Amino acid sequence: MYRYDLTDKTLVQERVAQFRDQTQRFLAGLLSEDEFRHLRLRNGLYIQRHAPMLRVAIPYGLLSSAQLRTLARIARRYDRGYGHFTTRQNIQYNWPKLEQVPDILAELAEVEMHAIQTSGNCIRNVTSDHLAGVTPHELEDPRPWCEIIRQWSSFHPEFTYLPRKFKIAVTGAPQDRAASLVHDVGVHIVRGPGGDLGFEILAGGGLGRTPVIGQVVREFLPRQHLLSYLEAILRVYNLEGRRDNLTKARIKILVRSLGLEEFKKRVEAEWELLRETGPRVDDAQIARMRAFFDPPAYRALPDGEPDAGKETAFRAWYRYNTAAHKVSGYRAVFVSLKKPDMPPGDATDAQMELIAHLADRYSFGEVRVTHTQNLLLADVEQGKCYELWQALEGAGLATPNIGTLTDIICCPGLDFCSLANAGSIDVAKLINERFDDYDYIYDLGELDVKMSGCMNACGHHHVGNIGILGVDKGGEEWYQITIGGAAGADASLGSVIGPSVAKTQVPETIARLLDVYVEQRQPEERFLDTVRRLGVKPFKERVYATLLAA
Amino acid sequence: MPRCLLRDRQIVVDEWRYAAEAGADGAEPLIVTFDQWRAEPKTLLARGGRLGIVLAPAHRIEQLAPDLAHFALIAVEFPGPAEGRGYTQARLLRERWNFKGELRATGHVRRDQLFFMARCGFNSFELPETELKDAAAAFSTFSAAYQPSNDLGLAFRLRPGTPASA
Repeated sequence: MYRYDLTDKTLVQERVAQFRDQTQRFLAGLLSEDEFRHLRLRNGLYIQRHAPMLRVAIPYGLLSSAQLRTLARIARRYDRGYGHFTTRQNIQYNWPKLEQVPDILAELAEVEMHAIQTSGNCIRNVTSDHLAGVTPHELEDPRPWCEIIRQWSSFHPEFTYLPRKFKIAVTGAPQDRAASLVHDVGVHIVRGPGGDLGFEILAGGGLGRTPVIGQVVREFLPRQHLLSYLEAILRVYNLEGRRDNLTKARIKILVRSLGLEEFKKRVEAEWELLRETGPRVDDAQIARMRAFFDPPAYRALPDGEPDAGKETAFRAWYRYNTAAHKVSGYRAVFVSLKKPDMPPGDATDAQMELIAHLADRYSFGEVRVTHTQNLLLADVEQGKCYELWQALEGAGLATPNIGTLTDIICCPGLDFCSLANAGSIDVAKLINERFDDYDYIYDLGELDVKMSGCMNACGHHHVGNIGILGVDKGGEEWYQITIGGAAGADASLGSVIGPSVAKTQVPETIARLLDVYVEQRQPEERFLDTVRRLGVKPFKERVYATLLAA
Repeated sequence: MPRCLLRDRQIVVDEWRYAAEAGADGAEPLIVTFDQWRAEPKTLLARGGRLGIVLAPAHRIEQLAPDLAHFALIAVEFPGPAEGRGYTQARLLRERWNFKGELRATGHVRRDQLFFMARCGFNSFELPETELKDAAAAFSTFSAAYQPSNDLGLAFRLRPGTPASA
């Protein structure tokens, strides 16, 4: 993984000093609430329901075991012994004290981490495929490009006061595991007409109040021009994006109001003027960055499933919680943070420390955060999977549900977030209580359930196969259900099935949707495909046919 | 009371007057609004003194570009703490239109923005009086940068641009 040099280290330390100064000036009354808000947000610090919430950047979701240990220590020392991993591959702490945040940042800086640009109207932490570098069928590892973008976007002088937040995701495989189509900019590594690798660039995707699937603005961009092209997009957006209305300020609204062709024309015109004078990434620089992501020292191993004689529980876990690896004899192993009685995406300090230890022992000392709010040990020998499973199982980290109904993406909701209209975590719990039969869950197959406590859509409900959105109805928590959303390469937005339902009716609503699927599916057909084939109607009819039991 | 500002990292008394300020009649040097310039460029030029102009966030540099040679100063306006168009305007003025005069940030300008503003090409800053004394420290908030920009004085190196051998 990328390692800081002296300049990176210095910059992060200087950021700590800058934020310490800003915090002290605020506490001394020299900065107003509003002035400090603009500054603290650019450092991931929100003022939330109970306490400040600090969001720490995990660039493209990649962590060393030492970094994870520091995250665990921070959870223990400054928080209440846990952290929440997010859909943008970051971690959030819900209970730090404002005056201690500079100290937290100083501890993070010691392990090459920070909270730079994890919120605020600026270029956010770049995200990527959690299977980058290990998945078969990948054209190229996207992480060197993520790091190039991370550096370029850090403290970018021109783009630190954008109309609104700006999220970039980079992928290098045909499968899109980074939800890049619902990012402000999606960067896909593709092969060009001449056979060279370069980028397909999408823009204007996003969730929130107005969900939009990103559109292609350039089919092929030669690699050396990535940064100048991004600057062209951002420059057009910075000058022309709306600033009069926060809910219309994302780039998706600009693309929509100009129209894709006009937007493309303006970006291309700006890029024509920038391509020679703007930042350029040459081959030597690419090679230097790639070297940081060289494959670890894999052993030469035959490909083979671990002993079939092992118990059923292990075999189920192996099937659902491990993924194919491009190197023979290895698997990528998911660490499920979706234990039924735990808030989705949460990990305790002890769990984080155990995972760090297991990473050192089984996966070259690296851990990844997935956008589905699980962790991943990317390089585990197949023959060691059984031992690893035992260790994870003992810590509540081996719930065999990756990619299934109970692998729910979920925002912190009303319990923590001051924006939320309704709870999320307790709904996830209700769903888990209702659906605890793994034979049934496995029979349903691939299923994404995504839940947000408000329109801001941190839980990506629009692109859930089943999406759940918390709404406030006269002070009560209600839930609007959508079906047919998808976040991958075939991304689509879900359709609302009908009137919202009460919290206690959510599990029954889902059960009825699944009944229709089970009755109507064709062989091998996923829930998503059945919805696409049949449309919303039969599902809607079933859900509202009789009174929903609470 | 005369206005003090930070120019080229020094606290100086501002010799410029905005046209709307008291006593601006006949003042020199004078900063006019975009509309004033549009309405009576000949009259303003006939005054013979140095001219400056205020650029609001919505103004496009291209509108001003043909007249740039007439101005010794451009004051880019930041109406509030969230405004960010001025950063792009500054870079365009310096890098694309080669503006060499005083590029001033006016409006909501605070020390925490100075590092970025300076990198975009601003060289003068109208800060609140309370911030003026200590603000210059903000120029050295960071000792390096990841992007090429329009630095006046700050050494930068394009980090992805560092050759493998470096």
